[in-house]
Amino acid sequence: MKLRKISDQPIHPATPGVKSLSRREFLRNSGLMAGGAMLASGLAGGMMKKAKAEDPAPAAKGDTKTVRTICTHCSVGCGIIAEVQNGVWTGQEPAFDHPFSSGAHCAKGASVREHGHGERRLKYPTKLVGGKWKKISWDEAINEIGDKLLEIRQNASPDSVYWLGSAKFGNEQAYLFRKLAAMWGSNNVDHQARICHSTTVAGVANTWGYGAMTNSYNDIHNSKAILIMGGNPAEAHPVSLQHVLKAKEENDAPLIVIDPRFTRTAAHASQFVRLRPGTDVPLVWGMLWHIFQNGWEDKEFIRQRVYGMDEVRAEVAKWTPDEVERVTGVPEAEVKKVAQTMAENRPGTFIWCMGGTQHHIGNNNTRAYCIFQLALGNLGVAGGGTNIFRGHDNVQGATDLGVLADTLPGYYGLTAGSWKHWAKVWDLDYEWIKSRFEPGSYEKGKDSDGKEIDVPVMETSGIPVSRWIDGVLEDKANIAQKDNIRAMFLWGHAPNSQTRGKEMKTAMEKLDLMVIVDPYPTISAVMHDRTDGVYLLPACTQFETYGSVTASNRSLQWRDRVIEPLFESKPDQSIMYLFAKKLGFDQQMFKHIEVKDGEPLIEDITREFNRGMWTIGYTGQSPERMKKHQQNWGTFDYTTLKANGGPCDGDFYGMPWPCWGTAEMNHPGSANLYDTSLTVAEGGMPFRARFGVERNGVNLLAEGSWSKGSEIQDGYPEFTADMLKQLGWWDDLSDTEKTAAEGKNWKTDLSGGIQRVAIKHGCAPYGNAKARTVVWTFPDPVPIHREPLFTSRRDLVEKYPTYADRKSFWRLPTRYESIQAKDYSKDFPIILTSGRLVEYEGGGDETRSNPWLAELQQDMFVELNPRDANNAAVRDGDMVWVETPEARINVMALVTERVAPGVAFTPFHFGGVFEGKNLRAKYPEGSDPYVLGEACNTAFTYGYDSVTQMQETKCSLCRITKA
Amino acid sequence: MARMKFYCDAERCIECNACVTACKNEHEVPWGVNRRRVVTIKDGQPGERSISVACMHCSDAPCQAVCPVDCFTTTADGIVIHNKDTCIGCGYCFYACPFGAPQFPSDGAFSGRGKMDKCTFCAGGPEEADNSPAEFKKYGRNRIAEGKLPLCAEMCSTKALLAGDANTIADIYRKRVVNRAASALISGSNLQKTSFQPTLVPPELEGKASATE
Repeated sequence: MKLRKISDQPIHPATPGVKSLSRREFLRNSGLMAGGAMLASGLAGGMMKKAKAEDPAPAAKGDTKTVRTICTHCSVGCGIIAEVQNGVWTGQEPAFDHPFSSGAHCAKGASVREHGHGERRLKYPTKLVGGKWKKISWDEAINEIGDKLLEIRQNASPDSVYWLGSAKFGNEQAYLFRKLAAMWGSNNVDHQARICHSTTVAGVANTWGYGAMTNSYNDIHNSKAILIMGGNPAEAHPVSLQHVLKAKEENDAPLIVIDPRFTRTAAHASQFVRLRPGTDVPLVWGMLWHIFQNGWEDKEFIRQRVYGMDEVRAEVAKWTPDEVERVTGVPEAEVKKVAQTMAENRPGTFIWCMGGTQHHIGNNNTRAYCIFQLALGNLGVAGGGTNIFRGHDNVQGATDLGVLADTLPGYYGLTAGSWKHWAKVWDLDYEWIKSRFEPGSYEKGKDSDGKEIDVPVMETSGIPVSRWIDGVLEDKANIAQKDNIRAMFLWGHAPNSQTRGKEMKTAMEKLDLMVIVDPYPTISAVMHDRTDGVYLLPACTQFETYGSVTASNRSLQWRDRVIEPLFESKPDQSIMYLFAKKLGFDQQMFKHIEVKDGEPLIEDITREFNRGMWTIGYTGQSPERMKKHQQNWGTFDYTTLKANGGPCDGDFYGMPWPCWGTAEMNHPGSANLYDTSLTVAEGGMPFRARFGVERNGVNLLAEGSWSKGSEIQDGYPEFTADMLKQLGWWDDLSDTEKTAAEGKNWKTDLSGGIQRVAIKHGCAPYGNAKARTVVWTFPDPVPIHREPLFTSRRDLVEKYPTYADRKSFWRLPTRYESIQAKDYSKDFPIILTSGRLVEYEGGGDETRSNPWLAELQQDMFVELNPRDANNAAVRDGDMVWVETPEARINVMALVTERVAPGVAFTPFHFGGVFEGKNLRAKYPEGSDPYVLGEACNTAFTYGYDSVTQMQETKCSLCRITKA
Repeated sequence: MARMKFYCDAERCIECNACVTACKNEHEVPWGVNRRRVVTIKDGQPGERSISVACMHCSDAPCQAVCPVDCFTTTADGIVIHNKDTCIGCGYCFYACPFGAPQFPSDGAFSGRGKMDKCTFCAGGPEEADNSPAEFKKYGRNRIAEGKLPLCAEMCSTKALLAGDANTIADIYRKRVVNRAASALISGSNLQKTSFQPTLVPPELEGKASATE
């Protein structure tokens, strides 16, 4: 047949493309189709709420409202422009002005409008009665749950209720949740940060002061080299690749990816290094071996700003190229090439994620990464830093606001002084708060004179989320609290993101009460065989409420409400208020927070934490300033994040913390931590003086280094009222400031006067010290290698053994050597690791319920190397059993060279199938996600970090057989 | 008049599928119909590259040439659209298309989308009033009529996927290529070798390159 040429044809005269309609004249229909029609098809009339579109005809002109908010998936914090018509979310437009994302999204962000349909959402309060789900009212739910909680409090202890919160909370909700747990009287409160970056926070904060990303995604534009270790941002933080690739293309920056798996990020690397899972410390020390050997380290930087590098040298000396290759599997030439590339291309940035953190020596890994950057002098400089990509959209904020078992908001810890500080902020009687806790003591401690004392329960760290199942299952006699955990709040948490799923099922069945507060039922609703005592409460998403959210780079962004809560769902803050009221402490908890129609005023909550968060500078970001930033996205520079002119002139976008002093002080925020080339008033700072001034006769303060404009031109300790007096700066305080500051320090002076005066003289309120490479309070002061608990390399166990078992660690017995002692490697010969897919987030309940995403990943799978597949007689696409010493899962085989022989990879977002059994029928009707699959964590095994109780999910053992 | 084109930069595409879900979102494309998809070659191996593929809106469109009922139209902007009322769903265009762009909704709930479905470059369909409910139902939203470009490209995570007038896209891409080559030359090392860039020929091979082709 002869093809007709288009050029011979007349062009269609009436093309729709040329007719121009103004934005306002145009009638948007997608919302009618989407929000209205789709909701209506699935639901009875009574359940629908405000989601119906009105007759579109008269609404054509000027009725489309544009709302600015922030994506609720990962910590990049991409801007979203939502178009809303008659209360229905009808369109999503690219936020080209947004400083982090410039209009971009990944698959998840590009599909968030589906939240406005919410077809598979949990629609009303529901409880399990005799094995069947029954719709109940909010009143019934709160009353029944509240009565049960009070009964447990009476019969057992406040510590028998576990408050598991969320990185999906906005900042205000996170803060309120921590306050709720405090008012209830327990430190058994935690959230996903424990199982995501807790080893980062602990490791990094103990190295130089703050445990957060030092620079920003945008600052990677300045990098001359990029090293990504244990991270796959192309799938986990796709929009960050925009910045990484910019540096790669415009700076010719080498992109080095170190990972056991050839990831989608590795596909774009200039060098890919494949290591054996769990050998990060040997590889980093192997790189440092070459750096020290060749004198590539930054000697002046180390002299001025680093403590203990000689002890590191001694450890590094043991890691000769031969030994590194024996342990990690990486040949000398590759290791040296990475070291040399990083040495020759400075400043370089070091990025890591869960591949580094989720190990039983996770805190060693994170500190080794920091030390590598300190050795090269890559800290406190644009283009350098440790760019730690946090996970969930607000995991940084929820961490900062202390939804954690070991601290109050702002990393104040749990000491009496910390409680008194917050009692003052809350305007409550400290003794009343204390009376809310279990009396007596669970553990011994030492007072300031070294005398042994009983530590009050209020000052004792709670059980971390990674171990809540042991809080239920462990013999009462072995737990350092009065009684077992009997009630669980799973408030925005996917349990399939946690290991030892089979034991978790048992724990769930043993509880008296389970309360799931979430927009989706989650796996918590179905993975157990309970018939009663389970409540599902529909929380709305962040698109149905508003407030602030902290991105990975420490910027606080303001979200506006896109739509009203769908169905019978409520915002988290309103649900917290209902519980506070029922449990009898709403008067105290909301003393300075206005509650209007049952909804606490978000801005009041922001202002309340502004009054208390001095440690990390969450004090200058008032709601007004954040809203102003949100309205002026386009005025901030794409690389520096600084507003050049416009209403936010001079501010860094989102006022990345620390944003010192009160909002009136107008501090711009700090884009890059520890940057001494700027004054503190401009966002510069030295390393924090957090670990004393001297150790064994060695000066811990900086020597010959200070931030620009500092009147103290050397190291100095943290600021106190007395120090101001000694310096003769006391009279710089106003009279009211003097009254507030007397006897206080930079962290506890609620007037902010001490911070203001220190900064006025060019000094950082927290002092000027060296970073430390030796953390003498940790089990391994200098990071060392220890073989994984479930190791395939028995030959290395003797030389690199794990820790001794611990009898009471975060209230629980914690096993190390007794597990490693057993050789599993013969029965389970393949190393099992896990990670993310771009389409899904976390446990995946939300994203697998979004048809636009679910269609793209319909099967849970295991990646295995062709060699292992052939040895097991498994073909691509076959169903296989992946079996560990914990449990077995039934998944599809994906045969690929992405993984090395002897290593298998599983994504962790699936759930709803348990050891081969499909649980779809157990979901409340109409709320089952489109895609179900085995949770890899059903099979993941025991193992917890020696400092933070981070779970080990990156290194276990399995065998794979055809199903 | 513009000549609308897509371009996907394989050095930038990370297979994040934002383009795919942006398309689903914007047009309420039902499950099973993929106007756009990301194709990966050498998956899991060195040299792995992905590109996002949809209807390429060919200037001399083979689908149009073969269509027995002549349902295709090329707009003045160079966008190839088709009339779902005229279309008989024979699938001949599927034979002709070099990119596998035409989609055929299965029966059932989604068949209302018509006999053949494909990327419209966000330009709706030929016969209905712009952004009328009828047009939306059959073709999805008409962004071009609103003065906007396809959402897939606008939302691309790494700006790999570009859409718009061919001349503008060429300008953007040219700048990018020059940036890559210039930065490599300036730093004198780590030249990024891609198929689209000037490759520095190693001295030992100089003059031999053409002989091997």
